[in-house]
Amino acid sequence: MTPFTQYIQELYEEVKGQLPGNEIPEIADLRQNGLQSLLEKDFSIFKKENKQIFEERVANTCGLKPQLTPPPYRPVEEYFHCKVKDIDTKMCIFLNGWYVHNGMPLVVEENGTIIGSLFEALKQYPKLVLPYLLAEASKKEDSLSALNRALFNDGLFIYVPDNVAVEKPIQLISLTDSDQDLLLHNRNLIVVGKNARLSFMQCDDSIQYKRSFINNVTKIFLAEDSSLSYYKMENKNPESLLFNEVDVEQKGHSQFYSNAMTFNTGYLRNKINVFLTEPFASTKMYGLYLVDKKQHVDNQIFIDHEVPDCDSYQLYKGIVDDEAVAHFLGHVLVRQDAQHTVASQTNRNMTLTDEARVTSKPFLEIYADDVKCNHGTTVGQLDEEAMYYLRTRGICEVNARRLLMLAFANEIADFIEIDSLKARYKEMIRKRLNGELTICDQCVLHCPHLG
Amino acid sequence: MLKIENLHVSIKGKEILKGVNLEINKGEVHAIMGPNGTGKSTLASVIAGKEVFDVTEGSITYNGKNLLDMSIEDRAREGIFIGFQYPVEIPGVSITNFMKTSLEEIRRYRGLEPLSELEFRKLMKEKAKIVELTEKLSNRSVNEGFSGGEKKRNEIFQMAMLEPQLSILDETDSGLDIDALRIVANGVTKLKSPENSTVVITHYQRLLDYIVPDYIHVLFDGKIVKSGPKELALELEKRGYDWIKQEYEQNKLQ
Repeated sequence: MTPFTQYIQELYEEVKGQLPGNEIPEIADLRQNGLQSLLEKDFSIFKKENKQIFEERVANTCGLKPQLTPPPYRPVEEYFHCKVKDIDTKMCIFLNGWYVHNGMPLVVEENGTIIGSLFEALKQYPKLVLPYLLAEASKKEDSLSALNRALFNDGLFIYVPDNVAVEKPIQLISLTDSDQDLLLHNRNLIVVGKNARLSFMQCDDSIQYKRSFINNVTKIFLAEDSSLSYYKMENKNPESLLFNEVDVEQKGHSQFYSNAMTFNTGYLRNKINVFLTEPFASTKMYGLYLVDKKQHVDNQIFIDHEVPDCDSYQLYKGIVDDEAVAHFLGHVLVRQDAQHTVASQTNRNMTLTDEARVTSKPFLEIYADDVKCNHGTTVGQLDEEAMYYLRTRGICEVNARRLLMLAFANEIADFIEIDSLKARYKEMIRKRLNGELTICDQCVLHCPHLG
Repeated sequence: MLKIENLHVSIKGKEILKGVNLEINKGEVHAIMGPNGTGKSTLASVIAGKEVFDVTEGSITYNGKNLLDMSIEDRAREGIFIGFQYPVEIPGVSITNFMKTSLEEIRRYRGLEPLSELEFRKLMKEKAKIVELTEKLSNRSVNEGFSGGEKKRNEIFQMAMLEPQLSILDETDSGLDIDALRIVANGVTKLKSPENSTVVITHYQRLLDYIVPDYIHVLFDGKIVKSGPKELALELEKRGYDWIKQEYEQNKLQ
């Protein structure tokens, strides 16, 4: 057993009495099974794929303690200022893994939408929440999602009733601001009812340069004819270790759209598993990662075409500078019954130095015979002919390079459906490529420590 | 304005230009003609500053300065414009953004303030008219999905925007139907002034019906082997290049 697994086992025994929800037998079981699953898996796949990262970063987090009680309430304005001001969202903030509220852990909107703390929702609506929480943890559970299952302290719960279109996007902002190193496990649950609609934004930001190990799972259930647009943004400090897993279960005619942007990170793994369980479900995923220095970003996608007549589309692009590392692992499984599947998978990378590393593994596994599937991957440098052309028009090398990188990256932003958000992201991309966006000069966050 | 003396140029050890001499003065229009593969486009690329070519001998002086010492972008900022035979497609960069960046840098180099948003838009509109480009095109990515004619019109549009002192148009007529040719040629003619000069590289006489040159040069085997007035073009059209080749071979033997 790895020392890290051993540490987690000891930690679990020490804190399990204090973990929320353990008075409910089903939850206690969920956790215990999670631990069991972790003990069996013991990070073996992770180590196989990413030995160096595991040894240098993950195993190194032995000794980090979970935050077992919420920090005292402070008005959000004191430490956080969201400048995405032209985007009107309903904001939900998690600070160091705990939902920030002033005595209102759960809100029911006029249209019946429920938003708030997962454990509060479990307390108030056990019949609604418990089945989703206990639903098969993940058909693709790995060590990290098992670890999350054992230790999760809370998470955001959203329930959109049938036939309700939620107008304002709901924005989940996960902040870390602590003078201690952090070990955080949130488990979010989003349920979108039949023919219901929701836009959801998830932002991960650091305020302080402390070590953190964050391992979040978001479980999404999309009922028949529902639709969810999911926007993800990461701007983390270089000491952060962030794992995000999103599991999506889609019923017939549902639509899932996701757009994930990574501007800065330490080590980041974004994993999305989509299960297309009824015909005519559709999923579209876009991603952009802009990494430099020694940052490491890992995008893993698994799409399970279980039934006929579904379609999935992926386009991920990245610019990798300095000694940064990017992995893309895309797996599309088309099962024997899944006739008329349409699946497309593309990953394009631009490397700016000889030291930058990209691994791209697109993978189609097809057992049905009447399908349309394609995949493609490229790793390249800037187009020399385009550089020359721009320079013959008086544009210096630096600006020519910026224009081309911007064009490359903006393609992903162009797929954002909310105009104000698209403009905002484009601005962030521009700043990032100009070297103006670092985690302490955030245009989303104001760093209180640097004024 | 531009003086090329005994210019020798190689690519990967192969000599392409073997001693070109050419002088271009203010207000003149020169045509460089010749069969394919004789070094016409190489000459344009060397003036533009393309890095794959090695200048092994000779010089190019532009307004008294050593052109070969200048970076690609500085040549443009000094007033040289190249209209490309095959303009490259740049997905994601809009023509508006491209021209704005270009104009800003050129103006900064010349110590001028950047244009206001309003002035810039007005200029774009005005110049687009010269080559009958619609405004819709300006929001599209540079050359992406453009027809051959649109690409060439876009080159002349850029020329109009940047107001160069010396324009070198490399096979601007190739691949154009007669309407596109007329639009492109009219654009070039409209931009002509006593202060600027144009070099037209072509191997057909057709373009010269619209853009009337003051001088015609024939480039053959890496050298200018014959120069003459505009009537030379008609003779080339009638008689082809063979008699030039023969004349050149004979001179060589003597």
